[in-house]
Amino acid sequence: MEVYNKGIRKSFETQPHYRDETSILTGEHFWQGDIAIAEGAIAADCRFFAGYPITPASEIAERMALRLPYIGGVYIQMEDELASMAAILGGSWSGVKSMTATSGPGLSLMLENFGLGIMTETPCVIVNVQRGSPSTGLPTFFAQADMMQARWGSHGDYEVIALAPDSPQECFGLTIKAFNLSEKYRLPVFILTDGLVGHMTEKVVVPPPDEIEVFPRRKTQKPPDQYLPYQPEDDLVPQMANFGEGYRLHSTGLTHDERGYPDMTIEAQDKLIRRLINKIRTNVDDIIMVEEQDLEDAEVVVVSYGVTSRVVPLAVEKARKEGIKVGQLRLLTVWPFPEERIAQIAEKAKAWVVPEINLGQMVREVERAVGKASKVVPVSHAGGDVHDPDDIYKVITEVIQ
Amino acid sequence: MAIKLKELSHKKDLLAPGHRCCAGCGSILSVKEVMMAVDGPVVVSFATGCLEVATTIFPYTAWRVPYIHCAFENSASVMSGVEAAYQSLKKQGKIDKEIKFIAFGGDGGTYDIGLQALSGAMERGHDMLYVCYDNEAYMNTGIQRSSSTPRAAATSTSPAGTVLPGKTQFRKDLTKIMAAHGIPYVAQATPDRWRDLISKVKKALEIKGPKFINILSSCFRGWRCAPEKSIEVTKLAVQTRFWPLYEVEYGKWKLNYKPKEYVPIEEWLKTQRRFQHVLKPENKPLLEEIQKNVDQRWEELLQLCGESSPEVTPGN
Repeated sequence: MEVYNKGIRKSFETQPHYRDETSILTGEHFWQGDIAIAEGAIAADCRFFAGYPITPASEIAERMALRLPYIGGVYIQMEDELASMAAILGGSWSGVKSMTATSGPGLSLMLENFGLGIMTETPCVIVNVQRGSPSTGLPTFFAQADMMQARWGSHGDYEVIALAPDSPQECFGLTIKAFNLSEKYRLPVFILTDGLVGHMTEKVVVPPPDEIEVFPRRKTQKPPDQYLPYQPEDDLVPQMANFGEGYRLHSTGLTHDERGYPDMTIEAQDKLIRRLINKIRTNVDDIIMVEEQDLEDAEVVVVSYGVTSRVVPLAVEKARKEGIKVGQLRLLTVWPFPEERIAQIAEKAKAWVVPEINLGQMVREVERAVGKASKVVPVSHAGGDVHDPDDIYKVITEVIQ
Repeated sequence: MAIKLKELSHKKDLLAPGHRCCAGCGSILSVKEVMMAVDGPVVVSFATGCLEVATTIFPYTAWRVPYIHCAFENSASVMSGVEAAYQSLKKQGKIDKEIKFIAFGGDGGTYDIGLQALSGAMERGHDMLYVCYDNEAYMNTGIQRSSSTPRAAATSTSPAGTVLPGKTQFRKDLTKIMAAHGIPYVAQATPDRWRDLISKVKKALEIKGPKFINILSSCFRGWRCAPEKSIEVTKLAVQTRFWPLYEVEYGKWKLNYKPKEYVPIEEWLKTQRRFQHVLKPENKPLLEEIQKNVDQRWEELLQLCGESSPEVTPGN
């Protein structure tokens, strides 16, 4: 009967649990990264998606449009990305885990409301399936050039969390992780993937529901007359109440006090902004995920993230065969940046190689963390393709001399 | 201002052949006809969309006129800037040519994300024509619903299934919204009635101030009809009163074509597989709801145009 997405529909309508409340499609699948992100969101209990079509992220919206009606969720297509981002903030305050997905041009439009999400400490997830840029750029090709946009794109001072999957399997897992972090630390969390991972189809294993850890909303246990919406717990994160539960909630983008009321004073600004930043900075050990390989004896360390991590091993293997002591550090969490760990490794390593599909963004962070002690060399690529492993290999051999 | 086919055939196409639109694309016909109405220098802006992509495939362009591609939401804003600077140059005596300005956008870039930019440009009164090629969904990104998508149409983000019967909302009536801006000229057209379309564009370009024309343009990929039916299907949209041809000139509403017979909307829906679920017996109430909406909108239009409602027997 359906004209659209017949194949996609079959891919889940044949699954036994697609109409269950949890709707986790336990088993092995052959999924695109975009589909895995949508499924990860559903597994993390996301039941509201507001979005706007954009290549190469539209498949996430399409999957949610197909899946959510069966499980009591809501998909709405908004009139633009400003509205999409704003809608998920609203959805989250209504007590439903919410997500949107876009690519660079759309993210540019979302960033004002992303700042609102930071200020109002609204848990939600924003997926950026990066493409060649700036402007319309290379819609059907990919890049990793929105790394700094994710970090600093909205105005003001704040900390962000951003995760960078390098495979459909990781798209699934890190989306769940992104929801967990957003609920735990109460902020919008980015998934920074790219058009290649988003459109890459690979095996994805979905574990049984009891093996998937889902962090629930930090609901307050206090009665409405004792509750202050922005009074922090020990980890600097306030407990949450949802709209419509009898609590007096005043959510505002203005600088506010613990009641949530606007407080236009230097003291209030200092207190609030420091807490918003420190709730991330003091919990970096819990947030940061990296993958390390062959670092024990490494003289050269290759730092990579996202799709570039798929190319690095080829270059490293080749260099190792020739006796160069090279190790790999892969960032699953790109923000907050694992500067402490890098500084530790830098005590022994002599040189750093940072391949990324931009002309030098995260390499600046590596330089900052490493200090002047050792050499840091970028391997840049303007976008549209992954690196030739030989280009990375060449830099590894040059940097050691 | 009679439009003669023979004369048109001698005119140089401002939109060159060799672009990569699908065979049977309704939108390219609409835009081509719009450009046929242009005499003298013209500047064109294009919002991101199918036509932008297909007419400017690297390293070529099908445009024989100055062309500016903007982001998705701001064809009207960019053209506002182009036009305002032209007026300034004119005032300074640095240019004396009479130049026309046409901003194009699809329904996504016009009804949805670009509505604010369009409304602003019209309100500020720039001397420009905005043309929307309305193919009723985001065709460029893979057929997602827009606010122009008709009720019940299946798209990739308003799929028809067991829970929802395609798009749950009726379409936005953008032409009326533009008429409510009180601008000098607003019209609706279809590419199958080329004479009507070209004369509307000619008329619009002669009027000073902001103008808006909305052109229903079929997309066989998204509408799920045969490519060779792309003209027929818009013809039928007019016959079934789904897409009435009318114009609003300085606040005066005029119906340009009144179908002689009452053709039920079912006849139009039948031609497109995006509506195939609507025609199932169990969805009869949905079909009736759609018909009622078409009838109601038609009646409203007749009143606005000062036309009497003819004695017709509603279908079924």
